[in-house]
Amino acid sequence: MSEATEHLDHAHSHHHPSGIKRWLYTTNHKDIGTLYLWFAFIMFLTGGAMAMVIRAELFQPGLQIVEPNFFNQMTTVHGLIMVFGAVMPAFTGLANWLVPMMIGAPDMALPRMNNWSFWILPFAFLILLSSLFLEGGGPAFGWTFYAPLSTQYSADSTALFVFSVHIMGASSIMGAINVIVTIFNMRAPGMTWMKLPLFVWTWLITAFLLIAVMPVLAGAVTMVLTDKFFGTSFFNAAGGGDPVMFQHIFWFFGHPEVYIMILPAFGIISQIVPTFSRKKLFGYASMVYATASIALLSFIVWAHHMFTTGMPLVGEMFFMFATMLISVPTGVKVFNWVATMWRGSLSFEVPMLFAIAFIVLFTIGGLSGLMLAITPVDFQYHDTYFVVAHFHYVLVTGAVFSIMAAVYYWLPKWTGHMFDVTLAKWHFWCSLISVNVLFFPMHFVGLAGMPRRIPDYALQFADFNKWISIGGFAFGLSQLIFLAVLIKACRKQGVPVDDRVWEGAEGLEWQELPSPAPYHSFETPPVIK
Amino acid sequence: MSSPVYEKYYVPAQSPWPFVGAVALFLIAVGAGNLVIELDKGSDGHGGKILTLGLITLLFMLIGWFHNQINESMQGMHSAQLGRSYRQGMAWFIFSEVMFFAAFFGALFYARVFAVPWLGGDSNNAMTNEVLWPGFTAMWPLETTPGGTQTEAMGWFGLPMANTIVLLISSVTCHFAHVALEQGNRARLKLMMALTILLGVSFLVLQGEEYIHAYEEMGLTLQSGVYGNTFFLLTGFHGLHVTLGTTILIILFLRILKGHFSPANHFAFQAGSWYWHFVDVVWVMLFFFVYIL
Repeated sequence: MSEATEHLDHAHSHHHPSGIKRWLYTTNHKDIGTLYLWFAFIMFLTGGAMAMVIRAELFQPGLQIVEPNFFNQMTTVHGLIMVFGAVMPAFTGLANWLVPMMIGAPDMALPRMNNWSFWILPFAFLILLSSLFLEGGGPAFGWTFYAPLSTQYSADSTALFVFSVHIMGASSIMGAINVIVTIFNMRAPGMTWMKLPLFVWTWLITAFLLIAVMPVLAGAVTMVLTDKFFGTSFFNAAGGGDPVMFQHIFWFFGHPEVYIMILPAFGIISQIVPTFSRKKLFGYASMVYATASIALLSFIVWAHHMFTTGMPLVGEMFFMFATMLISVPTGVKVFNWVATMWRGSLSFEVPMLFAIAFIVLFTIGGLSGLMLAITPVDFQYHDTYFVVAHFHYVLVTGAVFSIMAAVYYWLPKWTGHMFDVTLAKWHFWCSLISVNVLFFPMHFVGLAGMPRRIPDYALQFADFNKWISIGGFAFGLSQLIFLAVLIKACRKQGVPVDDRVWEGAEGLEWQELPSPAPYHSFETPPVIK
Repeated sequence: MSSPVYEKYYVPAQSPWPFVGAVALFLIAVGAGNLVIELDKGSDGHGGKILTLGLITLLFMLIGWFHNQINESMQGMHSAQLGRSYRQGMAWFIFSEVMFFAAFFGALFYARVFAVPWLGGDSNNAMTNEVLWPGFTAMWPLETTPGGTQTEAMGWFGLPMANTIVLLISSVTCHFAHVALEQGNRARLKLMMALTILLGVSFLVLQGEEYIHAYEEMGLTLQSGVYGNTFFLLTGFHGLHVTLGTTILIILFLRILKGHFSPANHFAFQAGSWYWHFVDVVWVMLFFFVYIL
C-alpha cells in the first residue's frame, strides 16, 4: 500500500469558517449535525403548534375554532412534520454529531453529500407548509395519504405534496447512505463490529431500512400523482387497480418507517442506562441481534395496519403472528435495560430520568401495540383514539423522549458547559406529567369508540377530551422550557465540564476527546483497547 | 493487514455546490408541482419556467461539483479509503434504485395476482363481480378494464426482443471496456465505450418507436387501465434510467478522450458501468414480467 502512505495535504486544516457561509457551505459533521438538530426542533414546535390547534378544537364537542377541512389539514401536516421534519432529522442530526466521534473518524465519509441532504429539508418543508395557503388548502388526507382520499378527493396542492415528499426522500436516502458508508469504512483500526457502541449499531440498521423503504414511498407518491393528474388507475377499480393496493405499498414503506423512528432511540437508551448505572450494558450481543431481528421482521408485518380493509384470512393470520413475534426481540431489549440497572449504582441525572421514563412509557406503547396486533380485537380498535394513544406513546414518550435524553446527555460534550440542571428537571417533570395526562385517557376514549381524525365528537367523550386538551397545552408549554435550556446552553452559560462529563460514561467521545469536542473529531485514529 | 500506516482521510473544504443543489431541487419540486396543476386545469402559470430554471440550476451544480471533484481526483487528493467510500456509496445508491423499481413491480404483481382476479369474482369476491362490475372477466394482460376501456396487449417478440438483445450486448461491451481500461488498452477501451453508447442510444430509439406504435396503432396508452399504467411507468422509468446511464457513459467517454482514468484509479468509470449493468438487469426483469409473462 505504498500510495496510501504518501502524505496528503488537505485543504481545510486551517481556519474556522464563520458567518452565514459556515452554515450554508459546510462540510463539517458537527455543523451539519447542529443544523439538523435545530431544524428538527423548529419543526417540532411547528408541528406542535398544529397539535395545539387540534386540541383546542377538541376541547369541547361541536365545531368552534376551525373548519373541518382545516382540521384535517392540521392532523395531516402535524403528522407529516413530526415524522419527516422532527423525529427523523433529529436522529440524523445525532448520527452526524456522534457517529464519527464514536467510531474514531475525522468526519462523515461523504461530507459534501451530507450538506446537500440537510439543505434539501428546509426547502421541502417550505413547499409543504406553503401548500396550506393555496386555493383548496394543503394536504387533508392524513399523513398516510390513502387513496382515493389523496387521488379523487384531494386538493390541487397534492402535486406539491408529492414533489416535496420526493425531495425529502432524496434527502433521507443520501443521509442514510452517508451513515452506512461511514460506519462500514471509517471505523478506527481496532474498532471491530462487536465493539461498536449500540447507538452506532442501531443507526447502521436504521440506515439500511431507510435505503430500502424510502424509494418505495417515492413510488407510492408517484402513483398517487399519476392517478390524480395523468389518468392512471393504480388505485381505481374501474381500471383494474385497487385502493387497497395503495395501503399495501404505503405500509410496506410505513412499517419499517416506524422502526426507523425507534431503533436509534433504542441505541440512545442503551448508551445512557449503563452510564448512570455504572455498569456495562447487560447483553450487548443480544441487543445487536435483537435490533437486526426487529429490522428484518419489520418487512413482513405491514398489513397489520389494514386488518379491516379486506384481506384473505390467511393474510390476516400471517400478519398477526408475525407482528406478535416482534415483541420477542423488543422484550429482550427492555429486559436488558432493566437488567443493566439491576444492582447498578444508580444516579438520576436528567438524561437518566428521560431514559427511565422512556423504558416505562415505551413499554406501555409496546403493550398497546400487542393488543392492536390481535386481528379480531383490532376490528374494535381500528381507527379509534386507542391507535392514537398507542403510536403517541411509542413516538412521543418513545422517540421524542429518547431524543431529549440524548440532547441532555451529549449537550455538555458539544458545548463544553453544563446545561441549567434545575430548568432541565422542570422540563422533565412537567413533560412527564403532562404527556400522560395528554395521552393516557386516549386509550379509554378509544376503547369506548371515539374515532380519530374528526373535529367533533359525541357528548359522552367531553370530559376526557377536556383533560386530554389540558394535558396537551401543558405538554406544549413544557417544551418552551426545553427551548430556554437549549438557548442558555448554546450561550455557554454554565459551569465548564471535564472531558468525561458523566462519572460512568464510557466510549471514545468521552474518553478520547476534550469537551467541547474539537471541530474535526479524530484527525488521526485513536487507539482502541 | 499488518500494521498499516494510516493516511489522512480527505475531508473537503467548504463547497457551495451542495447548497446550490438544494436550491435546484427546490425549484424543480415547486416548478413540477405547479406545472402539473396548470396542465390539469389548463391554466397559465409559471410552473414550466420554474422547472426549467431548476433543471438549469441542477445542471450548473452538476458541472461545478463534478469539475471540482475531477480536479481533486486528478491532483491525487483522493485516498484509497475515499475510493472505497465512493464505491460503497454508489452500491447503496443502486440498491435504493432497485427498491424504487420494486414498488412498481409490486404494483404489477398485486394487480395481476390479486386486484384483477378479485374484480372478476375470484376468491370470496363473487358479489364484487356480480354487483359492481357485472360482465367483467378477469384476464391478463387486461385488455378490457372493468370500466370498459379497451386496449391491445404488447407482444414480446419483435421490438422488445430486439431491445433485449441490444441491451444485453451493451452490458457485455461495457464490461469489455472495463477490462480494457484495467489492462491499459486505451484504443480498445475507446472502441468498446463507443459501442456501448451506440447500443444505448439504439435502445432508446427503438423504445421510442415502440411507444409510438403503442399509442398510435394499438391504443395502449398511459390511461389504458392498470395494464397500461404498469407498462408505461415501468418501461418509462427504465427508459429515463437508460437516458441517464447513456449520458453518464457519454461523459465518461469524453473524459477517456481527455486521458482520464488509470488502471488503478477509475471510480467514476466503475460507478458508471455498475449503473449500466443495473439498468440492464432491470430490463431483463421487465422483459420477463411485463412482456413475456
